[in-house]
Amino acid sequence: MKALASALGAGFLFGTGLWVSGMANPKKVLGFLDVAGDWDASLLLVMGGAVAVTLAGFRIFRAKFETPVREDVDFPLVAGSALFGIGWGIAGYCPGPAITALSTLSTESIVFVAAMLAGGFLNRLTARA
Amino acid sequence: MHDFTPVSALLGGALIGLASVWLLAANGRIAGVSGILHGLFSPLDARQGQHDAQWRAWFISGLLLAGLAWQAAGAPVPVRVGFPLGWLAAAGLLVGYGTRMGSGCTSGHGVCGLGRLSLRSLVAVIAFMGAGMLATYVTRQVIGVTS
Repeated sequence: MKALASALGAGFLFGTGLWVSGMANPKKVLGFLDVAGDWDASLLLVMGGAVAVTLAGFRIFRAKFETPVREDVDFPLVAGSALFGIGWGIAGYCPGPAITALSTLSTESIVFVAAMLAGGFLNRLTARA
Repeated sequence: MHDFTPVSALLGGALIGLASVWLLAANGRIAGVSGILHGLFSPLDARQGQHDAQWRAWFISGLLLAGLAWQAAGAPVPVRVGFPLGWLAAAGLLVGYGTRMGSGCTSGHGVCGLGRLSLRSLVAVIAFMGAGMLATYVTRQVIGVTS
């Protein structure tokens, strides 16, 4: 029960950070990715602020817990990340912001999240084959 | 660069970082949203052979509740109307497929992976940032996809 409460709380805090920072706004995200346009560097600071906290925080807690151990750079990592980047660059949504934006019940958030889930299933089907 | 919002960006980023540290400290989990989401629907991906959908569902619920609370508080909700749904659907497919293939997204590889000083995550971040900037350039500046 305690673990579920902390998962809920962490999700809530994470989501709040997405709204406060502007990450939940796909136009702002595209403003950052559009380096040839009227470039908005804000998202660099979102990432910087977040990583500054995880760098310090993970140092304290990391040893106590299981974290990913792989360090090899392989094809699926690079190709998958590139495919994700293309989708992100088209629409301005990555998974976290897309999910929290779903709370507005906007047509575009519903379409995007449905397609994102379908993409995940599709990868699972092809990976198994 | 008239849309630059450094204070809210840093503050929001710090909240995202805090939430990630919290999830690791309390649950021993990496706050990678794509991984949490995909794992919700795939029992086989669960650790120790048992399905662990519960905490994932609660984290996702927290993300949704944050959006509801934000709106209830009367904070500004950016709306984008008229962005082509076909492009949105294609983008969503790519994001879902790619994050699963590449084992992470902006949060798992970006916020958490960089915080762990993971080489894999650094490579992933460079790949999705680069591809993202290229895709935005092509769709916005060349093809002209906008809302």
